Amino acid sequence: MTDTTASPGTGTVSAEENRARIRKGLARRHRQEAIFRGMGVAAIAAALGFVAILFGMIIFKGAPAFWQATLTAEVYFDPEVIESDPRPVQQEGQSPADYRAELLRWERAVTLSNWNAVVADSIRKLAPDMELERKDALELVTSSVRYKLRDMFVENPDLLGQTVSVSMLGSANTDVWLKGNIDRSLADDRQQLSAATRELADRLAEEGVIRSAFAWHIFTNVDSRSAPASAGLAGAFVGSLYMMLVVIALAVPIGVASAVYLEEFAPKNRLTDLIEVNINNLAAVPSIVFGLLGAAVFINYFKLPLSAPLVGGMVLTLMTLPTIIIATRSSLRAVPPSLRQAALGLGASQTQTVFHHVLPLTFPGILTATIIGVAQALGETAPLLLIGMNAFVANVPATPMDQATALPVQIYLWQGNENRNFFEARTSAAIMVLLGLMIMLNALAIFLRTRLEKRQ
Amino acid sequence: MDTTSQEQTKKFEPPAATAAAAVETATQTGSKTRVSARDVNVHYGEKQALFDVSIDIPDRGVTAFIGPSGCGKSTFLRCLNRMNDTIEGCRVTGKILLDDVDIANPDLDVVELRARVGMVFQKPNPFPKSIYENVAYGPRIHGMTSSKDELDEIVYSSLRRAGLYEEVKDRLDQPGTGLSGGQQQRLCIARAIATKPEVLLMDEPCSALDPIATAIIEELIDELRENFTIVIVTHSMQQAARVSQKTAFFHLGKLIEEGPTEQIFTNPLDKKTQDYITGRIG
Repeated sequence: MTDTTASPGTGTVSAEENRARIRKGLARRHRQEAIFRGMGVAAIAAALGFVAILFGMIIFKGAPAFWQATLTAEVYFDPEVIESDPRPVQQEGQSPADYRAELLRWERAVTLSNWNAVVADSIRKLAPDMELERKDALELVTSSVRYKLRDMFVENPDLLGQTVSVSMLGSANTDVWLKGNIDRSLADDRQQLSAATRELADRLAEEGVIRSAFAWHIFTNVDSRSAPASAGLAGAFVGSLYMMLVVIALAVPIGVASAVYLEEFAPKNRLTDLIEVNINNLAAVPSIVFGLLGAAVFINYFKLPLSAPLVGGMVLTLMTLPTIIIATRSSLRAVPPSLRQAALGLGASQTQTVFHHVLPLTFPGILTATIIGVAQALGETAPLLLIGMNAFVANVPATPMDQATALPVQIYLWQGNENRNFFEARTSAAIMVLLGLMIMLNALAIFLRTRLEKRQ
Repeated sequence: MDTTSQEQTKKFEPPAATAAAAVETATQTGSKTRVSARDVNVHYGEKQALFDVSIDIPDRGVTAFIGPSGCGKSTFLRCLNRMNDTIEGCRVTGKILLDDVDIANPDLDVVELRARVGMVFQKPNPFPKSIYENVAYGPRIHGMTSSKDELDEIVYSSLRRAGLYEEVKDRLDQPGTGLSGGQQQRLCIARAIATKPEVLLMDEPCSALDPIATAIIEELIDELRENFTIVIVTHSMQQAARVSQKTAFFHLGKLIEEGPTEQIFTNPLDKKTQDYITGRIG
């Protein structure tokens, strides 16, 4: 105890020696720092690399799907084939309902005409020297072309006997053949198109009749099984949009209100601790469990319709709530207590303090949390499968109560489509649309946050 | 119950002496008592922060609380407008009379109390709103004005009394957070006096300010004491000596000594006070 020399480095060591000791360790300390920095850079590079590979592969695969084989043909609305009475006109004294019924009868009669013959004839005219069978000619274009012609005629019956040039979408198999997504050396019985159609497609592509056109219909059409080439994302997009609106309308008020109550008003005791732990746990619950809950409660108990965006939105709300509550609470906690004291010290009530001073400051945080939560919900698939949103829906839902699907579910459905060599690219294209939407939402979050923060 | 009350009566004796001194002070300065605290105990959870504090605060004057860090002076100050309510686990017992109303009573409406007892905090804490809005907020929530002109009048006169009007009159719509530290603190004072409080509490109002800003605030306090009862907590003994008429010395949660400022600084009765003002403890 009395031995003062026992403690090294104090008193007994000269300044010179002390400096030497520090210098000796310096190299090691700098090396450690360099290693740590190197590891950090490597980690970031690896993460960026993976993201680049992911995006690169998706874009590489998906981008070609936005351009599809399209051709323009002269269509003769042959009066011999299209058996049609003149389009009815509303008679005097005829009730609108009667007129409507008559019109529908006429439309049905028009539909029953042999439109395939009209389509085949117009294709045959593109290569008059090839003795094409009707089947082979029809294979070239997607099957929805006949409805397109019918609709044109219903819209304008004067077309009868006229020749119009019409843009037609190549069939999925034509597209696959021309893009080289199928082995051209395969035997006839293993090809998707007949030999005659393959020859026709190659010839028309060479002549420039079939060209690659931007496929706007990916954004405007609904899903289709009979005419896969014309399948689009419009239905899924609107379904996702409805769900987003439901999530925003439900999750934001409920989430913000719970967060404000828990953070600003609730007494801090066992019960609120328990609630807090459970909210944090909810954020980690696998999403499919929420789907089961939705199926059990919303559909089985409350008898809400299957496949409806309303139910999907409610399930996603349950999933998004913890995210919004946790983020709102942390931004409430970030408000300096001195601000609350200032307001309380002036005699503001607790509610006035929260609504006049605290909440306005947390607005950017809440907004960011909401957009990130909604973006998360937008990309969710599993819970939607359990409430029937993976059904094939060939309509754009008119209301949130109608059957619909969602973008990620559409990706899942296309991914499983048996027409592999066509839908592989289509799936990647749909992923690109979804990712684009996500990036836009996140950019909006960042933009709004910086703007709101600047204003304060 | 019995034993505690006995204990309290036992403990009451030394403060009784100081209470007597307080009465003496009051008669000396010739003003009546505005706030009178008796046997105030404060607990933070298990820990007791204040022990049997009894003190009278005279009307229209500056009372300074001094003492080393953690001595309970700020805690006692916060009892006077019940800001301790916002601290989890804080328990206050005893009696604090403001004009014969017990403000320590849990049933009291703290919103009304805080309109009567204003507060200026250690760090300037203006709202992140315009200068005008900062001052107008109090009168507005208490519904003190019936017209825009009346509100304007209160805002301008409060800023004038806080000595800030000339500096900010051209930028009342600019954010209050853009002012300098000293200006911000004067803005907070303007905000506090805009609700026309009877008592103004100041919790180390100059500790975050430079000497020049401090001098301005001290001058301001000297002017305000004509209209307000001011209680100031300060770390600086010089400041207490400069601005206050009455000084109370706290140490380890106990009120050690109180009396006219002059007497405390020149002729303290207690050894601990002597040690503190000469810099031996602190």
